[in-house]
Amino acid sequence: MPGQKFGPAWFPGLIAVGLAICGAALVYKGAHRTAPWIAFPDWMQRAQSRAAVIGVLAGLLFYILAVDTLGFHITGIAIVALWVRILGASWRLTVAVAVLAPIVIQLAFYKLLRVPLPWGLLERWAF
Amino acid sequence: MGVLSQAFALVFDWYVLWVILASAVFGLFVGAVPGLTATMATALLVPVTFFMPPVPAVAAIVTATAMAIFAGDIPSCLLRMPGTPASAAYTDEAYAMTKKGYGEIALGASLVFSVVGGLFGTAVLIVAAPALAEVALKFSSFEYFWLVLLGLMSAIFLAHADPLKGIVSLLIGLLVASVGLDNPAGFPRFTFGNAELSGGLTLIPIMIGMFAVSEILRNVAAIDRPWEMAQAKIGNIFRGMWTLTKRYPAPILRGSVLGTAIGALPGAGADIAAWMSYAVSKKFSKEREKFGTGHVEGIIEAGASNNSALAGAWIPALVFGIPGDSITAIVIGVLYIKGLNPGPTIFMNNAPAIYAIFLVFILANLLMIPLGIAAIKGAKQMLRAPRAVLLPVILLFCVVGSFAINNSIFGVILMLGFGLVAYLMEENGFPVAPAILGMVLGAMLEENFISSMIKAEGNPVAFVTRPIAGGLAAATLVILFWPLGAGLWRRAKA
Repeated sequence: MPGQKFGPAWFPGLIAVGLAICGAALVYKGAHRTAPWIAFPDWMQRAQSRAAVIGVLAGLLFYILAVDTLGFHITGIAIVALWVRILGASWRLTVAVAVLAPIVIQLAFYKLLRVPLPWGLLERWAF
Repeated sequence: MGVLSQAFALVFDWYVLWVILASAVFGLFVGAVPGLTATMATALLVPVTFFMPPVPAVAAIVTATAMAIFAGDIPSCLLRMPGTPASAAYTDEAYAMTKKGYGEIALGASLVFSVVGGLFGTAVLIVAAPALAEVALKFSSFEYFWLVLLGLMSAIFLAHADPLKGIVSLLIGLLVASVGLDNPAGFPRFTFGNAELSGGLTLIPIMIGMFAVSEILRNVAAIDRPWEMAQAKIGNIFRGMWTLTKRYPAPILRGSVLGTAIGALPGAGADIAAWMSYAVSKKFSKEREKFGTGHVEGIIEAGASNNSALAGAWIPALVFGIPGDSITAIVIGVLYIKGLNPGPTIFMNNAPAIYAIFLVFILANLLMIPLGIAAIKGAKQMLRAPRAVLLPVILLFCVVGSFAINNSIFGVILMLGFGLVAYLMEENGFPVAPAILGMVLGAMLEENFISSMIKAEGNPVAFVTRPIAGGLAAATLVILFWPLGAGLWRRAKA
């Protein structure tokens, strides 16, 4: 910035210097250890846990990509169904929760709190 | 007395009382279910409080967190799992008591001394915060700079983690805070031409990610491990509490004082207060050998400590805008949104609202007695709520809450991204609290640093010539070099 001695680059510059020093110190500390470079947590060995974590992340990604096109109801029902089922509930419980939860949350946020959750494909029936 | 009666009118309003009751039930539930924390309760409440007037919005958070910290003790006794990290320090002790058939006493002591600690912390908050504000009125950018730095340092060195990793976490937080136009020069930084980034990263979705999504990931990863409940017959939980009070006055007081102090120190909250108080209790106990075998003394001291820390954390949050723990880190954002900008002038500009908040603290702690009894009695039903239903519903709530802050899908992206980052950080020993503190305080640190530098024309000596600034600087350096000095001292002696 012209005319200013302490401009917007100062602070991020200091942070960068700090991160570089800490990074070097961590590398130095780690260099003496014999532990493997990468270790995986033990839940990755267990089928249900692995599926559940992947399911949660995939569901969130799907929501981010699809909600504007499909709308909150369809996307919400789909991901909640996926999550409840993958965490080990019966089909009956899965269907009940997957239908109820998005509808109740939509009513609470859309109607009471006026958050414009997208309708997507259901735009025609929006209320 | 005008202010006080205005405050009463603000609190004793049907809507506010209803909000307090509802958030109390919510807090008890979140606290009692292992894996859901008080901070998470706060993060989940924010999108809802967004649409409330200031006093009920803050009241919801105050009540829910107080209840959650107490309720965290319930699964400690019954499942050997802390409901929130603040109960972890004495989970084994509480469970050992249940196994020995003293579950009733453990739960009763948790409740009664949580209330005592909470009320003590509240009393200190009410007295200390306005007094401190008087002093803080005289602070210039130099003092604020050191105060923020001192807070950030104590967050790193009080945490039970490698200080080096704490500093890295803090720097990541500061880096996040420097995104956008909101810097002293008003220059767009790290925006990559993206409009969503030019306003800076919105903190609430980030916090929902770091405190709720990361916790859900951890829960989901352990979904195949069932909970096993210990049997406890629960009758009158107040039986014997007066005897305990007369027998352990010193631990009760010590726990409350230490808890309030740890709470007031930035970055360390109820969980660290409980660990320290449990250790102190053991150290000064006459029956040290009984600790760990189901002895109530440590539960009393640490149980009072974690609830008093909750109120203590509000002292720096209200007076300086520096959060005392991760809950108040979120609260500060809410205060700004609600026009209750924290700072020493809050006691003049918003006196009725502040005294209303103090009243809510008292009310919440008193309400803990009847609702706490109900929660203890209903604990078995509460803990039977299937996680397969609970976790997806909470996650959907997180998604909608992150969206609702700016009505933008970018909030959900931030939530997911920072949820993953927080999960990976914690798995690798990097504490999350310093990062949060860095994000909250980054703008304040930079602003005071730059304006001090401009005032001093680049001369660093000016940072320490004012007496309070010099004192704060010395304190910061002591904390920074304490571990190093202690290490060298030990090596020299050996």
